[in-house]
Amino acid sequence: MHPVLFIVFLPLLAAIIGGLFGRWIGSTAAKVVTTGALFIGALLSWPIFLQYISGGAGPVVVPVMTWIQSGTLSVDWALRVDALTAVMLVVVTTVSSLVHLYSWGYMAEDPSQPRFFAYLSLFSFAMLMLVTADSLVQMFFGWEGVGLASYLLIGFWYHKPSANAAALKAFVVNRVGDFGFSLGIFGTFLVFGTISIPAILAAAPGMAGSTIGFAGMRVDTMTVLCLLLFVGAMGKSAQLPLHTWLPDAMEGPTPVSALIHAATMVTAGVFMVCRLSPMFEQSATAMHVVTYVGAATCIFAATVGCAQNDIKRVIAYSTCSQLGYMFFAAGVGAYGAAMFHLFTHAFFKALLFLGAGSVITAMHHEQDMRYYGALRKEIPITFWVMVIGTLAITGVGVEGLGFAGFWSKDAILESSWASGSVSGTIAFWLGSFAALLTSFYSWRLIFLTFFGEPRWAASEHVQHAVHHVHESPDEEHGDSPHEAGLPPSGTAGYHPHESPLTILVPIVLLAIGAVLAGQLFHGILIDPDRAPTFWQGTVAFSRHLAEAAESSAFWVKITPTVAMLVGLSIAWNNYIRTPEAPLRFVQTFPAVYRFVSNKWYFDELYDFLFVRPALWLGRLFWKGGDEGTIDRFGPHGAAYAVSIGNRVTYRLQSGYLYSYALVMLLGLIGAASWAIWWAK
Amino acid sequence: MIGLAHYLTVAAVLFTIGVLGIFLNRRNVILMLMAIELILLSVNVNLVAFSAYLGDLTGQVLAMFVLTVAAAEAAIGLAILVIFFRRRGSIAVDDLNRMHG
Repeated sequence: MHPVLFIVFLPLLAAIIGGLFGRWIGSTAAKVVTTGALFIGALLSWPIFLQYISGGAGPVVVPVMTWIQSGTLSVDWALRVDALTAVMLVVVTTVSSLVHLYSWGYMAEDPSQPRFFAYLSLFSFAMLMLVTADSLVQMFFGWEGVGLASYLLIGFWYHKPSANAAALKAFVVNRVGDFGFSLGIFGTFLVFGTISIPAILAAAPGMAGSTIGFAGMRVDTMTVLCLLLFVGAMGKSAQLPLHTWLPDAMEGPTPVSALIHAATMVTAGVFMVCRLSPMFEQSATAMHVVTYVGAATCIFAATVGCAQNDIKRVIAYSTCSQLGYMFFAAGVGAYGAAMFHLFTHAFFKALLFLGAGSVITAMHHEQDMRYYGALRKEIPITFWVMVIGTLAITGVGVEGLGFAGFWSKDAILESSWASGSVSGTIAFWLGSFAALLTSFYSWRLIFLTFFGEPRWAASEHVQHAVHHVHESPDEEHGDSPHEAGLPPSGTAGYHPHESPLTILVPIVLLAIGAVLAGQLFHGILIDPDRAPTFWQGTVAFSRHLAEAAESSAFWVKITPTVAMLVGLSIAWNNYIRTPEAPLRFVQTFPAVYRFVSNKWYFDELYDFLFVRPALWLGRLFWKGGDEGTIDRFGPHGAAYAVSIGNRVTYRLQSGYLYSYALVMLLGLIGAASWAIWWAK
Repeated sequence: MIGLAHYLTVAAVLFTIGVLGIFLNRRNVILMLMAIELILLSVNVNLVAFSAYLGDLTGQVLAMFVLTVAAAEAAIGLAILVIFFRRRGSIAVDDLNRMHG
């Protein structure tokens, strides 16, 4: 029995136990089972990863059972373990187990905890299924599974209309991406005659340059397949223009945001592109598209992140932006760097989200950073781990020593410059500017939350807490009026408390990861000498590109650090030295601020382009088609005809004896006549 | 000489009066009962007339039965009428409209 079987199927078993029998075994037992399953998974995953690091293991395929056998289509349930999967196994099980533990503290007051933990474990199972997929169909199974779990968890507080709307939005927007992904799978089967990933990747180079009929045109086979598959990745990984669901997904509980919408599920698209990298390598056009989409999302999300006031939304846009980095890294061919950033990002982004959750708990479910301030004295542990997370995401470090994000972000930017292509150069400049913005909004979050004067008095949530009005823990609201000014200072006598141990232990462990992940693993993941032996061809690692990145010019290497320092100093100036500066900026450039704080009006645009026409069409079919035609002439028409007929026959039944007698007589005459004349 | 045709004519006239008495009478139920008696009588006249004409007593025996049944029917009808009057306070035919079902 290969340990991967336990890693993948224990969470499923735990989800079934916790979800279906949580009512009988009790909330604590359900939590123990699910959390235990994930911790066992994490403990089994790290040795597998270490085996691949030490170079003592090759790809392993663990067959489970035959799934579909139809004609030439043959799909087996099989778990594939190789270097790429090992990285993902470690990320998924580690973050997931820590989030499970964190939820003990964060969800302590929730009445339906077994359901929550069962959903979390179900998600982990689907994600593990995705990363161990040996065929595209199995990957699609995991892909849809994580989508389902994401939908369930965003809408976990189902009595909140905003949560339901966000869950639906996430599901529907992902459907658009999944449509592309499934078309890509169909096309792949059509072209290659198989959906087994190793077989496809082996056959991909032979298909370069061939053409296929698509939408009435002759187009390059690999380009069209890769672009269709990439549409799926765009949906799942929240890239322009399918990103709109991710910020709304923050309606879910904070542990969900950390696990699904930051650390693991949204990286599925990056993973898929890396897994299929030998295919993408065959189409320069597809690679350029990936680069441009990634770079555009990177800069777009970073600008929006600067103008958000909800602490979770800032981190959500930050996630979107960091995913953009990963995509343009993959787009320029630096798959090692993309996976490396995925790996480090999982630690520091989960850390930032869980830290934000700890702040939210301390502030009695207030999520608006304008009502924070001066929290570093009140919740010191949370403060320090958040600072570590920020140092990691902004990429603080010097040559040879640095936080996690320093290694991976620098590797991405250097690779994109070193690729030498036009798209790579554009991505480098956009990515560097995004690094400046990343530093600005990350430090803005820290300064607004932990420094300055306390501004809690104006917060409704804090008011509730002070006046001991009971408030259910799920009333976190993300909608904030777009005002740039800060509320007046004052504590209203409220004293935030540091979170319980079940919250602090996971974030401290993640903080260790955020500090060390880059330092420890950059060698095997991106080093031009060691990485090829680690990846063993599971991603199309380009040694040439890695060497070029390593030996890029000094100013290229220093650019991200300079951008980071500039962003930090702007944030320090705006929120520590002269706190009135942001307001002055907004008053000077109101249009810029409105545009950015309204997220470039993407939601409004989609509402106008898709939502309204769809509603109009729906109403047309509903009112005109169903009610106006089918109902009118169908059931309602029949009922109307019967009631008209009834009104006539009703007249016959007058109730007068003599009219009955008359009818009886007429009947008698009729019967007698018939007997006399016709019946002979 | 009074022949069979005369008897049959009288019976037919009686029958018609009886039938019309049922339909055209809007005043009271007693008239209706009497009309039914007229119809039965006309039938009796026919029976007796054919009996005498054919020289067969069976018809006259049957006429006695009809008379008996008619007496019973009149008794039941009058009894119902009394109950009806107690309940409705009227025996007008136009009030007999409770048979809507």
